[in-house]
Amino acid sequence: MRPFEYVSPTNKEQVATLLGEYGSILAGGTDLLALMKDDVVAPQRLVNIKHIDQLRGVTYQPGNGLRVGALTTIAEFAEDANVRRVYPVLADAAHEVASPQIRNLATIGGNMCQRPRCWYFRNGIGLMAKTPDGKSMVLEGDNRYAAILGNAGPAYFVSPSTLAPVLIALGAKIRLYSAKAAGSGVRELPLEEFFVIPKSEHELEHDLKPGEMVIEIVVPPPSQNLKAASYEVRQRAAFDWPLAQASAALEMDGSTVKSARVVLGHVAPIPWISPEAAQALVGKSISPETAMVAANAAVAQAKPLSHNKYKITLAKAAVKRAILGAAGQSTGGAA
Amino acid sequence: MSEYTWPDPATRPLLGKRISRVDGPVKASGRAKYTYDYNPNGLLAGKILRCPHAHARIVSIDSSAAEKMAGVKAVKVLQTPGTEIFWAGDEVVAVAAVDESTAEDAIRAIKVQYEVLPHFVSDAEPPKNIGVNNGPISRDDFEDMEDNQVPDEQVIAAIKANGISFKPDDKYLKDAQASGVDPQVVEALRSAKYAEGKTSRSPYKKTAVQKQGDPDKAFTSAAAVSEGFYGASCITHCCLETHGMASEWPTDKDLVVHVSTQNLSGIAPQVSEPLGIPAGNIQVLQQYIGGGFGSKFSPDRWGIATAQLSKAAGGKPVKIMLERDAEQEVAGMRPSGFARVKIAADKDGKLVAWESRSWGTGGMGGGGTPPLPYIFEIPNQRKQHIAISTNQGSARAWRAPNHPQAAVITMTAIEDLAAKMNMDPVDLITRNLELTGPREKIYRDELPIAAELMEWKKKWHPRGDKSAGPIKRGLGLSLHTWGGRGHNSDCDLTIHPDGSVEIKMATQDLGTGCRTIITIVAADTLGIPLDNIKLLIGDSRYPVSGASGGSTTSGGVTSSTRRAAVDARDQLFAKVAPALKAQPKELEAVNATVRVKSDPSRSLRWKEACAKIGAMPMTIRGKNPDKSKPPDLTNSGVGGVQMADVSVDTETGIVRVNKMVAVQDCGLVVDVKTAESQVLGALIMGISYALYEEKILDPVSGRMLNPNMEFYRLAGIADIGEMKVHMMIGKGYDERGVIGLAEPPVISPGAAISNAIANAIGVRVPFLPLTPARVLEALENGGTHATV
Repeated sequence: MRPFEYVSPTNKEQVATLLGEYGSILAGGTDLLALMKDDVVAPQRLVNIKHIDQLRGVTYQPGNGLRVGALTTIAEFAEDANVRRVYPVLADAAHEVASPQIRNLATIGGNMCQRPRCWYFRNGIGLMAKTPDGKSMVLEGDNRYAAILGNAGPAYFVSPSTLAPVLIALGAKIRLYSAKAAGSGVRELPLEEFFVIPKSEHELEHDLKPGEMVIEIVVPPPSQNLKAASYEVRQRAAFDWPLAQASAALEMDGSTVKSARVVLGHVAPIPWISPEAAQALVGKSISPETAMVAANAAVAQAKPLSHNKYKITLAKAAVKRAILGAAGQSTGGAA
Repeated sequence: MSEYTWPDPATRPLLGKRISRVDGPVKASGRAKYTYDYNPNGLLAGKILRCPHAHARIVSIDSSAAEKMAGVKAVKVLQTPGTEIFWAGDEVVAVAAVDESTAEDAIRAIKVQYEVLPHFVSDAEPPKNIGVNNGPISRDDFEDMEDNQVPDEQVIAAIKANGISFKPDDKYLKDAQASGVDPQVVEALRSAKYAEGKTSRSPYKKTAVQKQGDPDKAFTSAAAVSEGFYGASCITHCCLETHGMASEWPTDKDLVVHVSTQNLSGIAPQVSEPLGIPAGNIQVLQQYIGGGFGSKFSPDRWGIATAQLSKAAGGKPVKIMLERDAEQEVAGMRPSGFARVKIAADKDGKLVAWESRSWGTGGMGGGGTPPLPYIFEIPNQRKQHIAISTNQGSARAWRAPNHPQAAVITMTAIEDLAAKMNMDPVDLITRNLELTGPREKIYRDELPIAAELMEWKKKWHPRGDKSAGPIKRGLGLSLHTWGGRGHNSDCDLTIHPDGSVEIKMATQDLGTGCRTIITIVAADTLGIPLDNIKLLIGDSRYPVSGASGGSTTSGGVTSSTRRAAVDARDQLFAKVAPALKAQPKELEAVNATVRVKSDPSRSLRWKEACAKIGAMPMTIRGKNPDKSKPPDLTNSGVGGVQMADVSVDTETGIVRVNKMVAVQDCGLVVDVKTAESQVLGALIMGISYALYEEKILDPVSGRMLNPNMEFYRLAGIADIGEMKVHMMIGKGYDERGVIGLAEPPVISPGAAISNAIANAIGVRVPFLPLTPARVLEALENGGTHATV
């Protein structure tokens, strides 16, 4: 690891200045430190935000929903009584993240900001690496884990967060802060808008402006008729990245779907919202058949690369099972 | 003449019982010190600059900036300009510095120019029209055969038949023998005729067709013929403790090394030559090792570099432990093995014909040849193997070299044939056991036990689980064999006049229970408790014992220990007999006493007996082999049967192992508990390579894409299911003597799991690892059109 400066502010107002142009925010460190050890990134300064107590805590108010401080660890989030009671789907998804050791350190804010697992990127070859003759390394090389949706290029990696698709399905917002920004310095946007598909090597996968930091995730209170579930297709039962994931939130009207949100994870450079799948469900009652129609709709636009056609099948299975799971029906799959 | 024979069950208080490993507490509590943990004051950090290209020539190296850097203590160029590099990650320059980050800075400051050359990393099916290569054997060919433990007689035959295209000098031959090459093979090299090597750059080396019987006639007249495609991809050893060594020079003539090795006694001879110092001036130390699996017999270039850097840094200790990515990329891999197979049986299910075109790669050397067909000596055969030379770190022996590939090619073909004949594979295999030669009786004993433990009769169904829903369940089996004769071993056993007992042996415990079984044998023979024995291993100054490879350690160390302990006991009896008014041969050592067999009331407690030795301790050397002290206490040739029960999600291709059963013979089981642990570990490793492990090489850059433990997946606790191990113990097994157990149980899991998946989903997933992508592809196309 290369040498770096280290600062540890105690309030969020100090962060933007301390970050300067070449600093990185250090929270749980489970992603950043690994990237630094592998010399993929080499920030000149780390701004440790773990002592900013304003960024901690999970609260729930029936009128306002759930507010999750950016420094909340995945383990705290998964075990939080309100999360478990009001949004069991979130607690379940959080329990599946990485390993207990990582969940004890990794934070919700960091989970939103983590970098892709693309092996060309992690091996230091580049996020949008090119061959000597200017072609995409991912397209020419081994792309078995690459994107099947949103893969017009030059980005072919998949979004690594498993929590983001669930949160987006539930209509979550993300709150960002920078002391240098105008007004209160707080910017709130729908979580899905936080994620962007970069167009060049130097862009990031999210919309954080220089000096800006994630301070909070807000999840609106669930309506009484909301049914939600998430499903991960994962090769190992032990710690593993999903090969495909889908989260479904269904607003029910009796036994039929009034409106729906279906969000896929690990299949596109961003958490992938599928209006096609949602539309296919509206006005229907949930059955294996209607779930399958929605699943097919979700991947209708998918474009396989040379080695990842199987991921379309996996994405379909994930969407179908998330929908059936939300409706409380048997998914037929392995637990 | 003393009686060395292993005692019978009635008179062995410890041998063959269930005993916890003696070093369990120190390991479980984290107090065990591994090479990785050797961090003396003043330790310098060593780092290696590696070539980023899969094939290149070094044009120039400029290390001047690194040499001038503050904190850098030594820089050593390992491969000079002009050298051709054949795989990514190969070592170019080594540095030693005051700390890791300074060493990394130094590495980054070194400028190396490369001429990048075209690379080839594919082990896809070779084209049909390549020519036969039966030309002379190159140095790479030879070393590759040795690395892959090709049987000595085959190596000798190949050398005699083809000649060699290199000129081994005396030093080469001496080094070869020191690193464990059989003297007869060395002699064959010495007397081999030299012939110019082929200059062609084709990556394919095709053997001549081997034929026996009349395969064409046998296939034509057979009642059933099955054709299929099977195999296993390249995997790595993935040692949890990476390779590495620490060196220091207490004087300018004496070298002390701490090394992570399977070959403690064999390191000094390999280090002395490149350093130009006598092997006797080198002390090699290692107490604990975090995995080797066949990849840690040599000091390796990085290990030699630590000694060179240390010398240049005034003798200060220098340590290099490989980073995880280097470990995965260059420190060992298991060759891939694939084959297109045709197999036939008569109407009773008797195997009559085999045909295979097999191929695989083990790096530049090409890789070993799987022994096909595995286990079954099918009367009519035609087979040909193609070794593919690829630009990647060379293959090293991986637990049971070539056998897992052979099992995964043969046992799958047999299962497919059984399915085609609507036969239960257990029946088909049982009908063919006479083709297994000397192992027949063992398999006949084991198969019903395995079937019982798996509830095979109750749970097995014909191919294709017909139950509703996407989850399909199935059973599969596989058989395996291995040699496992004990290696050469010297053991010094000392009885002190105060009754304490000390054993010295320059061996290593790879986590297999070596310490435990040595202690058991000595304590059992001397009739004293385990904790009465102080066992000293892991220091090359102790008596020489063989490398731990090929399942040779258990038979070797127990045999030398038994002979030492019997002689020591009998010499003690001679000293004690007068005091007990008996002849030495009338005495026995039991329950920490020495007593008269016919009158146990005439006895001395162990300590009192040892006091009769006199003032000086008594040291006895035991050896293996030792024809002067019969019988042979070790043996060769084991058999094992494994069965797998899996569930397959046909919508996602995800496989879960529900249960594995392993029934295993290893002759006389010294410690039932550590033996079972060895088999359990093998099953876990087998599940890993069956479902997850794959060394993925990038066709574009030629680099390994998953040199980590994130996408190079190993099974976790949640992935291994229920495991049942049954060791064959008792009559028919005990009297065979001690046989090694490390390789055999890791051979069958891949084939058994592949067969269980085929039984579950009704189609064959052709090759390992059995990933979701491959399972789904097989479901889509019936498993017939897959390509590597």
